[in-house]
Amino acid sequence: MDWGPFGEIVSRTLAVSGAALGLSAVLGIPSGATLALARFPGRRLLVLAIYTGMGLPPVAVGLAVYLTLSRTGPLGTLGWLFTPTAMILAQTVIALPLVCGLTMAAIEAVDPRLRQQIRSLGARPRQEIEALLWESRPGVAAALIAGMGGILSEVGAAMLVGGNIDGRTRVLSTAIVLVTRQGQFALALALGGALIGLTGLVTAALLRLQRRPGTWPT
Amino acid sequence: MADVTVPLMEVRGLVREYGGRRVVSIDSLDLHAGELLALVGPNGAGKSTLLRLLNFLEPPSSGEILWKGTPVGWPPPLELRRKITTVFQDPLLLHTTVRENVGYGLRLRGVIDPHRIDEALARFELTVLARAPARGLSGGEAQRVALARALILGPELLLLDEPTANLDPYAAGRLEAIIRTVRAERSTTLVLVSQDLFQARRLADRVGLLLAGRVVEIAERDAFFTRPADPRTAAFLKGEFISGAA
Repeated sequence: MDWGPFGEIVSRTLAVSGAALGLSAVLGIPSGATLALARFPGRRLLVLAIYTGMGLPPVAVGLAVYLTLSRTGPLGTLGWLFTPTAMILAQTVIALPLVCGLTMAAIEAVDPRLRQQIRSLGARPRQEIEALLWESRPGVAAALIAGMGGILSEVGAAMLVGGNIDGRTRVLSTAIVLVTRQGQFALALALGGALIGLTGLVTAALLRLQRRPGTWPT
Repeated sequence: MADVTVPLMEVRGLVREYGGRRVVSIDSLDLHAGELLALVGPNGAGKSTLLRLLNFLEPPSSGEILWKGTPVGWPPPLELRRKITTVFQDPLLLHTTVRENVGYGLRLRGVIDPHRIDEALARFELTVLARAPARGLSGGEAQRVALARALILGPELLLLDEPTANLDPYAAGRLEAIIRTVRAERSTTLVLVSQDLFQARRLADRVGLLLAGRVVEIAERDAFFTRPADPRTAAFLKGEFISGAA
């Protein structure tokens, strides 16, 4: 591999992991809030499943997604295997329990009396959840950072379901493995630096949300 | 025209249990429009639980609450919930600015009225703090924000759960002055839960004693303090040890 596709790999990594993180946020934040606030039969089992999911080895997730998307698998007809879509799916499965579980923990850590105060001021149930999410935003931002860390750094699932195909599914983590094996250490270090830089940039953006002192989002 | 003889709120056979333990058991309690009823009693008497029930923050185990003569089902309608609000012992401010805390209830109602917020800030002497983070205020300032946030909504029933318990005498006095002014200007009905008998005597029209989740006695302020009908009230006023827990 040469330096040519460097920019393309960085932008593909950003697109795939960004989409997976976005999907995890859209699905994981509301479900984490629901699990924190609602009581229903089977909730404890669901919480156990999510906490277990937080520790899933990415390569095991990759294998499960691979088998699901392979030609003989239940979703084989979609033809997603070895496409960025398959990588997004696998990374979402990795990040979703992290985002959901840590959001749940963050909301549960908010003073329960504050929830009563918000309701006492006339909040609808949806407004109550929005306010509690706002109050727990440092924890929600941490959930997103953890989810992003989990998917940007993982290599097993991306390799299995994406195939590390040049120009199609090669991302920073899989490219690093490849060029290291080829002995191109300068390129591997550059790709590693780009991965760390990307992680730093996204983390900085999320930390801004976490540390913002004041005003309501408009 | 409203029937002036109908209480604003009536409590009938109201029971609240937690895990089989009866915390509140009120046979009958009426709140009259415009009055300030102080509820006193030792810790664990069920005062705060009763306020949560009156604010419809949790459902009763049994019994009913009537609003202007009409029984309220569960869940209560939003329009009714929005006529009642509580200021708790801890100000429980949101992690945002003073101004946005004061305007929060209006925001929940979709009301955009910066002028009304400015007025409330000025009235509660909070204008200079408007942009300050609410979590950085002193206890007295924070409780003024909590009171402003409640009163800007013009509630028909305001529930005050030991609002001055954590304040020094000066800050408590300022808050009491605000409550007096509000009462002079508006028809808001207030229920004040307090451990401070002097405060109850200074502010209330009627005073009630709660013990073990039950109303022992409710009387006009002067009668309550000078001619208590129940020996337990007399003992409580004398500062004798009485268990409040159910």
